[in-house]
Amino acid sequence: MKYKAKPLPPVELPELRIVGKPLRRVDALGKTVGATVYAGDFSMPNMLYAKVFRSSEPSARIKWLDVSRARELPGVACVLTAEDLPDARLVTDMPGQTGQKRRAGSDAPVLAADRVRFAGEPIALVAAERLDIAERALELIEIEYEPLPGVFDPLEALKPGAPVVYEPDNIVARWKIRKGDVEAGFAVADTIVENTFRVPFVDHVYLEPEAGVAWVDERNVINIRVCTQVVEHFRSIARAVGVPHNKIHIQGTMLGGGFGGKEDITVEIFLALLTKHTRRPVRLAYTREESIQAHSKRHPFIITHRTGVKKNGRITAAEIRMVSNSGAYPYLSPYVLLYATGASCGPYRVDNLHVDSVSVATNNPFTSAFRGFGAAQAAVAYEQQMDEIAKALNLDPLEVRRVNYMKTGSRNATGQEIKSAIWLEETATRVLEALGEKTPDHGAIKVGQGFASYMQSYGRITWFHDTSRAWVGVELDGSVVIRCGVPDLGAGQVNSLCQIGAEVLGVGLEDMTIYSTDSALTPLAGTTTATRQLYMSGNAVFQAASRVREVLLDRASKYFEEAPEDLDMADGKVFVKLPPPAPPTRRGEGEPEKSLPLSELAAMCAAEGLPLSNLYLFRAPFTAALDPENLQGDVFPDFTFGAHAVEVAVDTETGEITLLKSVACHDVGRAINPAAVEGQIQGGSAQGLGYALMEEVQVKDGVIQTPSLSEYLIPTSRDVPITKAIILESGTGVGPFGAKGIGEPALTPAAPAVANAVANAIGVRIHDLPLTPERVLAAVDRAGGDKETG
Amino acid sequence: MQPRVVTLNVNGRQHRVALAPNVTLLQALRDLGYTDVKSGCEKGDCGACAVLLDGKAINSCLVLAWQAEGAEIVTDAGLGTMDNPHPIQEAFADAGAAQCGYCTPGMIISAKVLLDRNLHPTEDEIREAISGNLCRCTGYGQIIKAIQMAAERMQDAGSRMQEAGSKETGGER
Repeated sequence: MKYKAKPLPPVELPELRIVGKPLRRVDALGKTVGATVYAGDFSMPNMLYAKVFRSSEPSARIKWLDVSRARELPGVACVLTAEDLPDARLVTDMPGQTGQKRRAGSDAPVLAADRVRFAGEPIALVAAERLDIAERALELIEIEYEPLPGVFDPLEALKPGAPVVYEPDNIVARWKIRKGDVEAGFAVADTIVENTFRVPFVDHVYLEPEAGVAWVDERNVINIRVCTQVVEHFRSIARAVGVPHNKIHIQGTMLGGGFGGKEDITVEIFLALLTKHTRRPVRLAYTREESIQAHSKRHPFIITHRTGVKKNGRITAAEIRMVSNSGAYPYLSPYVLLYATGASCGPYRVDNLHVDSVSVATNNPFTSAFRGFGAAQAAVAYEQQMDEIAKALNLDPLEVRRVNYMKTGSRNATGQEIKSAIWLEETATRVLEALGEKTPDHGAIKVGQGFASYMQSYGRITWFHDTSRAWVGVELDGSVVIRCGVPDLGAGQVNSLCQIGAEVLGVGLEDMTIYSTDSALTPLAGTTTATRQLYMSGNAVFQAASRVREVLLDRASKYFEEAPEDLDMADGKVFVKLPPPAPPTRRGEGEPEKSLPLSELAAMCAAEGLPLSNLYLFRAPFTAALDPENLQGDVFPDFTFGAHAVEVAVDTETGEITLLKSVACHDVGRAINPAAVEGQIQGGSAQGLGYALMEEVQVKDGVIQTPSLSEYLIPTSRDVPITKAIILESGTGVGPFGAKGIGEPALTPAAPAVANAVANAIGVRIHDLPLTPERVLAAVDRAGGDKETG
Repeated sequence: MQPRVVTLNVNGRQHRVALAPNVTLLQALRDLGYTDVKSGCEKGDCGACAVLLDGKAINSCLVLAWQAEGAEIVTDAGLGTMDNPHPIQEAFADAGAAQCGYCTPGMIISAKVLLDRNLHPTEDEIREAISGNLCRCTGYGQIIKAIQMAAERMQDAGSRMQEAGSKETGGER
């Protein structure tokens, strides 16, 4: 065997009862029997149906707009245009984050008034008695455009004289890193390797298109039932609609997937406006085609690496340039670019580093959050560059990484000291070992293996001063309630909180009930984004439950006349721990002598007025914003590390790539629910494999050419192998029980691993994703030509 | 064409509803309250709206409601409930096969059709059976595992029933 797993440093993890077990998720059965009600499943008496009229032009002046025929159509209750909404704007950076200093800038108009900047931009809203009437009304809206010069290529948009998408220029954001002495670093290099990599627009393709229903209640509160990753958008919605914050109530639902695409506002403002104007319940549900047209995309990036290396592979200097395509409005582009910049050189020690990154406005669909959030695009580039360095030096790809890997205690590109475990060699050697010997080539079928290491932050940027709140209470029968505003995207967010609460309070998972994702009735937990909920809300639940536990144990200690530290809680009981030397594993063999059901203890506390609930506010570390001219300092609470390896078979006659094997290994700190972690790893992998091989929102002159799931392809069950998930637990994360985040990290290394495997198979690098058969054939031809001339 | 009253037999209930000729079975079912039938693309690409039509899995967005008149329609919710789930629904829950859950009802319908005719499917046969159902969350691994788990449990249940049946027969006669 060529690769052997590096032994793990010794880790001592405490034995737990509920946490760490692959239990059936609390939300699972409702979903499998079809009982879970999603945002599009609600209807109300007297409800209207809404549609959105959108721009067909990527860049134009609206010369003339006439909605009178639509308004007159029988059954139409309301048509709204920008004229009806003075200065309604969509705040496109993340709202409601206390203490946020920096704003992303230009907000998008809710409805375009005189200028459209992308094909699909909303112009008018219709609400009607029936959906078919609303659709007919759209056809009656008359509009005349005066086309304006558009700019679609970010490099063109940077040139002087390029059409300006919005004032003052097309630069949405810039970040830089200036670290060490790059000149000197290149001077001592034995070789300099330079490559440019490109990644495309990608769509989230959550199976559930955006949907919601809204109504005004007797308090004059606008209620919105909607699938969103961010119930805190109620503040932005209030601002856009022109009502106080406390008059918008978001009742979030279980999401049919999000992946970042439901992080920005989707249907909420439209619903709020229409229900406010009509005083009737309104439903708005996007078709798949409208969803693809209306929501954000993953940023295309152009990333150039120039790396100086010694003969042994050690990096002496790196210059990295990144250009991201922000599309027509900024949304989260500045932050996506920040993530990419911080991750630009990967999990490697680079003392002499220049990074220049810029996000550029174009008349394309707007781009924003997508699982990986810039760090995924960065990894596609830095991991291919590492393999190219290995090739240039004729070294093993693992060896080149090994001499550069960060180690526990290292500082990253922004100079942040990472205090949790950095298990890079540990994860890389495990995926390579598991991948095993390469399958032999077979005629025109060339087999290749490749891998990628990565680092990815979890938790939000620390100068956003992130917080989460959770309420935990014990009922008088010993059952437990959690109230926490966390939206559940399907990744098991609410289940993890229940396992944590159950662990702390010594009850079973079936004893837990959680109320979540409500902006008014559950404590605000912040966004389900940035791989932050397990870390943030997990800690909030852990702390709240621990405080309740303290009250319970304190009262029980008086009852038993034993010290609280000699008591424990499990199986719905509080009991006196068996004295040593009897090992704790003997519990369960016989009932402990002194125990009390939790219900009796709770009743005892209630009778004495002791608090059986706690509301806890968890704060992430707060740091100062960094200098955009040289990002040096702390940016994130912590990072997850891991690796992914794949084996591919490339048919050099057809260009078709088949994935043969896929293995991922991540240090998740502590797996709260190992089955859910495995699900994240396998699902994230599949999205990354799709990113590598087939996914691209094709945009021509600003118009999407892949408008439905017939053209925009995601992996089916026939396209991807089951990724073998190797879960490591260093116990060093900043989440509850030492957990790290895994939601986004699961995706990040998959695509570069595939790219490296394909390059390994055909002996030549394809610099652009996705690796389509056309690109493979062109590359094979190129390689053949090189050989002939060489 | 004018709406006409059609009879739809859904999960053992009979509905008589006036429907225009262009109403899809998907729309008709959702309007009747069968919201476990999910709408993901409305053109047969994703499989989220799959239901059983006389025992055959179909995408209900590609069938007009009129065409389903008189047929036996079964949706995921018709297979089992929270209190009495179908073994496939139980296995999907146990295996972690439902993440966001939006593809799950359609996925379970495809699994049902497969296991109805083959209780010993290979991984390849399972992949083929669910190839019309897109999932964006799981990478299909835990779904395949769930279907294998369901198959094993249904085999066991089948052989237990056979045993019980033969014992009964032996005892009586």
